[in-house]
Amino acid sequence: MTVYLPIAELSVNIFIILGMGAAVGFLSGMFGVGGGFLITPLLIFYNIPPVVAVATGANQVVASSISGAITHFRRGTLDMKLGTVLLGGGLAGATVGIWIFSWLRSVGQLDLFISLLYVIFLSTVGGLMLWESVRALRRAARNEKVTLKRPGHHSWVHRLPMKMRFKKSKIYLSIIPVIALGFSIGILTSVMGVGGGFIMVPAMIYLLRIPTNVVVGTSLFQIIFVTAYTTIVQAATNYSVDIVLAFILMVAGVVGAQYGVRVGQKLRGEQLRALLALLVLAVGIRLAIALVVTPTDLYSVSIRGFAN
Amino acid sequence: MHRFLALTLLTLLSATAALSQVPLAPASTVKETLDIGTSTSEIAITSDFRGADLTVFGALNGVDDLLLQIGQYDIVVTLEGPKDLATVRKKERVFGIWMNTRALTFDHVPESYSMASTRDLDTVIGRPQSLSDLGVGIDYMALSPTGNVGNGTGLTEFRDAFRRLKVSSGLYQRDLSGVRFISSSLFRATLRLPANVPDGVHMVKAYLFKSGDFVTQRSLPLRVTKTGLEQSITDAAHQTPFLYGVFCVFLAVVTGWGASVMFRKD
Repeated sequence: MTVYLPIAELSVNIFIILGMGAAVGFLSGMFGVGGGFLITPLLIFYNIPPVVAVATGANQVVASSISGAITHFRRGTLDMKLGTVLLGGGLAGATVGIWIFSWLRSVGQLDLFISLLYVIFLSTVGGLMLWESVRALRRAARNEKVTLKRPGHHSWVHRLPMKMRFKKSKIYLSIIPVIALGFSIGILTSVMGVGGGFIMVPAMIYLLRIPTNVVVGTSLFQIIFVTAYTTIVQAATNYSVDIVLAFILMVAGVVGAQYGVRVGQKLRGEQLRALLALLVLAVGIRLAIALVVTPTDLYSVSIRGFAN
Repeated sequence: MHRFLALTLLTLLSATAALSQVPLAPASTVKETLDIGTSTSEIAITSDFRGADLTVFGALNGVDDLLLQIGQYDIVVTLEGPKDLATVRKKERVFGIWMNTRALTFDHVPESYSMASTRDLDTVIGRPQSLSDLGVGIDYMALSPTGNVGNGTGLTEFRDAFRRLKVSSGLYQRDLSGVRFISSSLFRATLRLPANVPDGVHMVKAYLFKSGDFVTQRSLPLRVTKTGLEQSITDAAHQTPFLYGVFCVFLAVVTGWGASVMFRKD
């Protein structure tokens, strides 16, 4: 059964889109990630114009992050003050990101830039995750106790000025690195169509030394508002949010996520992470190959910015 | 309605047949005219749109019978899509990666173009000059670059690439036997609209050639509209983009929140 996507201006098989949404939703439920970094490349592989894939991906992340954020809000594992500072940086970053996005689009380098960013991020994150999970697996095989390094001592981050007290997180921290982190993630949200949790969470834990229990909830808080803002601005400036595509992805995604959570609770963490790492690497490699292999046609035509 | 049209045309035809029986009228003084009508004046793109056929009927009046019989009259029918800027980009390898390095923008080119003719124009119409003067046919349509063209090198290369890409995407089509005479001066042309036809006002144009020389032309507008939900969505996205974006977010919030309520375990 085909369905016409009014903004992407093409007909697609609804079951392929549903399958994509459900599979990514399942993985995101299993690993507790937003899934934007998988949805956008998959849409590009399925010939959705990258302009539409990125904007629609951001919209989809709103839906996939909201239930997690509600849960954390109820449990109280959300630092509203820290989240607001992050969000301030995030909104500014998203605005700058949209400028970059529109400019790249006008000079015809948007598709390349999106692919390059994905190759860099997916291979880095996938590689690190794989390395980490293989080490954990080998430790488990040797029956060693997992020793968590206590991020105790202070780094350069904690010597910065403009400090603020965050009661919920029980830390006293300069707002400069917090805003900078939010800002960079905001740029990624608008240029790549991702929530950015896969970068923000490790950065908050290892760089800012924020207690782990509030990290996920606080990052979700920031992600929801920044992706919502990006969706609206993309719709207003590039007219590139496809509501039909987004809705199919959302519905399949949120249902898939529920089952992913259940499966994830039963399986072993290290093996799961190794699997996700391989998947992330595979998507990155597939994108990298597309950049290097001689294209079947060196020419392309675009009308009003959309390739056809 | 088809039948009515055909009947009307046949009536016209018999009238002209009577006229053309007047002997010894010098061929040059005979002024041929052309009338056309389409099977529909509006085509709707629904959610399961897979392309459509457009039938164009036409009648020749005031033709020279002898020339008609030996096949000296040729008809070309085109359907031009809405005109817009089109940018052609060329990739080159830069540090091992293929990236767009050169670009050329053509002004006022139809987004889609279907053409049907009685025969292959290049062979029949010995003087392609008349085709390129009119800009009729994929190979002859005007592709004028805008902006900084540089020294003009590669203009042909970019034009050829544009035509090739449009043909391979199905947006530009030609059918060299798409126009058929159903009686001595009544013809029917079938034009194919691809599944990815753009919406907007298209123009049906019919051109009459006599012994390779252009005689006359007629044109009719054809509206291609997205119907129903698709149209409302496109309109909303372009006319009230901010509200559209807000609604997209609202839909996401409802979907995400609804799922968490529905699947709650307790």
